[in-house]
Amino acid sequence: MKEKNNKASAGKRGNDIRSDCYIEIERKSSGGLKTDIKSKVNSMFGNSIKEQVEEMCSCFNIEHSKILLEDNGALPFVIAARFEAAYKRLNPDETKEFLPKMLRQNKYHTEKDKLRRTRLYLPGNEPKFFLNAGLHKPDGIILDLEDSVAPTEKDSARILVRNTLRSVDFYGCERMVRINQGQNGIEDLKYIIPHNVNVVLIPKCELVEQVTETILEIRKLKVEHKIKNEVYIMPIIESAKGVINAYEIASSSPGICGLAIGLEDYTADIGTQRTPDGKESFFARSMVVNAAKAAGVQAIDTVFSDVNDMEGLRRSVIEAKSLGFEGKGCIHPRQIQVVHEAFAPSIEEIERAKKIVLAFEEAEKKGLGVVALGSKMIDAPVVKRAQKTIELGLLNNIITEKWRNETN
Amino acid sequence: MKLIKNAAGRFVPIEINGQKQIPFQGVNKYKPTGRKTGAPIKSCVDFPTDGNKVVRNLRDALKKAGLKDGMTISTHHHLRNGDALTNYLFDTIKQMGIKNIRWFPSASFPVHKHLIKYLENGTIHHIEGSMNGPLGKFTSLGKMKGIGVLRSHGGRYQAIQDGEVKIDIAVIAAPTADEFGNSNGVIGPSASGLIGFALADSEYADNVIVVTDNLVPFPCIPWQIQGNNVDYVVKIDSLGDSSKIVSGTTEVTKSPDRLLIAEYVAQFIEEAGIMKNGFSLQAGAGGTNLAFVLYLKERMKANNIKARFMRGGSTKYLVQMLEEGLTDYILDGQTFDLEGVRSMRENPNHVNTSPFTSYNFHGKGNFASIVDVAVLGATEVDINFNANVVTHSDGYLLHGIGGWQNCLYSKCTILAIPSFRDRIPVIVDEVTTLCGPGELIDVIITERGIAINPLRKDLLKALKKSSLPIKSLNKIKNEVDSICGLPDKPKLNKGKVVAVVKWVDGTVLDSVCQVVE
Repeated sequence: MKEKNNKASAGKRGNDIRSDCYIEIERKSSGGLKTDIKSKVNSMFGNSIKEQVEEMCSCFNIEHSKILLEDNGALPFVIAARFEAAYKRLNPDETKEFLPKMLRQNKYHTEKDKLRRTRLYLPGNEPKFFLNAGLHKPDGIILDLEDSVAPTEKDSARILVRNTLRSVDFYGCERMVRINQGQNGIEDLKYIIPHNVNVVLIPKCELVEQVTETILEIRKLKVEHKIKNEVYIMPIIESAKGVINAYEIASSSPGICGLAIGLEDYTADIGTQRTPDGKESFFARSMVVNAAKAAGVQAIDTVFSDVNDMEGLRRSVIEAKSLGFEGKGCIHPRQIQVVHEAFAPSIEEIERAKKIVLAFEEAEKKGLGVVALGSKMIDAPVVKRAQKTIELGLLNNIITEKWRNETN
Repeated sequence: MKLIKNAAGRFVPIEINGQKQIPFQGVNKYKPTGRKTGAPIKSCVDFPTDGNKVVRNLRDALKKAGLKDGMTISTHHHLRNGDALTNYLFDTIKQMGIKNIRWFPSASFPVHKHLIKYLENGTIHHIEGSMNGPLGKFTSLGKMKGIGVLRSHGGRYQAIQDGEVKIDIAVIAAPTADEFGNSNGVIGPSASGLIGFALADSEYADNVIVVTDNLVPFPCIPWQIQGNNVDYVVKIDSLGDSSKIVSGTTEVTKSPDRLLIAEYVAQFIEEAGIMKNGFSLQAGAGGTNLAFVLYLKERMKANNIKARFMRGGSTKYLVQMLEEGLTDYILDGQTFDLEGVRSMRENPNHVNTSPFTSYNFHGKGNFASIVDVAVLGATEVDINFNANVVTHSDGYLLHGIGGWQNCLYSKCTILAIPSFRDRIPVIVDEVTTLCGPGELIDVIITERGIAINPLRKDLLKALKKSSLPIKSLNKIKNEVDSICGLPDKPKLNKGKVVAVVKWVDGTVLDSVCQVVE
């Protein structure tokens, strides 16, 4: 926080803090640089932290300052983010960025119709959750800048999320960021678009203009940073108005890959509460599914908020699947496997899909334009759906890569 | 101090606290010969014929036992962090003006930081046992008068049996005892489950004092410690804080990363073909250790598999397995929660064991090597599968060895550990302190991958088609290093040995050096 214009801080301090640090920079008129570093891992990383602070000081041309760093095992990308946030709170006009190295393994892109069964929400200002998120194998990881970040920490979280996109291995999971609403969200884009984000989530979306504004800014940033690949958009419908406009929103741009629903805010908006059987949201969920399908994009269901109730989660996914949803938000890594299993195809579905895919491949080999199974003609969308079922079967270890030789 | 290089390539002293030492010679290479030592001959006619050995207080008992400067006094850790007796014992010794005691506990806990003042003022000369928490820090800074000796539970039995440690006075905390000295740990306000750690002391010490806060009329049933080995019985108001003796609740970890490790462990045990009817396992009380048992239970149920026995540290989760018929027996070394205590009291198939049955190097075999799979922890492992459990990467002593070294003899030893903690890598080039030679460690399971010891070609083959992330230890290490950066080595005064780590056979495996602050 800023005090008297000559002192600012960022990060977190205290005994219960893990994998984070607190940095305070105090500008002086003379006396050179004085650093005071207290680290829980001092004997092992004290020297490297000191070097890093010196490097940051020289990057931002900091002279005559007192710097206090209280470290609880923060990794270098976190220290860099906290330092930069403190410095920019002291010097709001500074435009220079200190960018940690972009990991080679983070440079992948994704497809519009990629599987999005699970997207794991991570609070954007909590570095301790970032490192191992990908190990739990969600289809996507959402770094959240919106609801989970306090209004006073938005600036600091942006820098941390930017560094995370560069320095943390996402282990192949789709790289997503949920931006803020309104102008704040447009500002967020500057911190994420240049760093290979795959999908941007727009919260509380109720008007096409919200999508258009976001896309315009993304386009501008892509030109500026010479980015070629697609950045997909996933609007989240969280209000009565959003539900009514769902189709318009979903069909407003070819960059939209899916439409999600968030029920906490929606139920509040219509003046009711969430109940276990969910009658109050049945209309909204069906609207979102219908709008998404009409626009040719994915329909993604809300999160299940009781992280201890795995049976309830399983039932809610099976219900979502029956309504037409293809994915579910996750708020805890333990939910991921349960959701994947619940979205997994049945043996019957797989057997049917195998026959269709084999018939399709056979027709292709023979150069036939039409695919037939027995006496029935099969449409292209049916083939595509069968291929997806096979992919899900593979991902859930129901079938192996050799399924073609194992058919009965 | 003269140091020589042992068979593990570690520099160790040849003399400690005036006693000659044998450097580690390799796993199973050193087998001492000769005869076991024994307690002095005593005669029943010198004890009260009515069987009443109760004396007024602990001070009188110590006086009658002939307490003198420089003696060795043993205590046991089944009261864990609730232990009030050991602190009271040394308060009494200090009041008696006695100095230079060799304290020989089976383990120490943070509650024993009370004893630091006695280490400072010369009441206690040094500790042979474990130096946990505050005592570990004190020792690491080179403040202890003598050199600490760390032993495994089995190593403690070995040292007593082959005469390396002669106990002058054993002070046994007994949750229930009769006036003859028969004692157990399953009954009473300070019930701890079992008191097997005191067995060797009761048989080999020159003098044995039983201290209880629950004195019952003869006979005390069951007698886990036999009164026939006991010299004096003392009644005090309370042995300690029962809520810290057994934690009451032992809960499974909530950390998603630890749970992922636990799931990998369970899957590994099944896919390696270890989980089959009649198998056996060793579990512990760490969060990951509890969790793997739950995941394994699901797999056992799904495959209709029943174990023959499970070794504890028992908890309510093992008790559930016993009561649901998923194992025939629990062979228990210590009881971690109230459900474990209850089960041991009520269920004849929940069996009390001791370091003699489980771990002793001088036994004619022991249980540890019969176990099919042991899942353990570690503070560090190195790329040669060597592991450390006593110091952290900053060089400070923090933990005891417990039964860890002994359990390495199981048919498949798995270390279930995170690949780093905060920023501190757990997989290193060379462990700070060597506690377990890599040749005995078969599998390392982390959240970032599973490494199988190249010596275990059978396991490598069995897991060849597994969906588990099997990698080389080097690969996991490189990944962690790229996240954390390479740490500096701890600043140690290599010339000043503050403690040594013994191997299960009594040889010196490694030295712990003074940390320079």
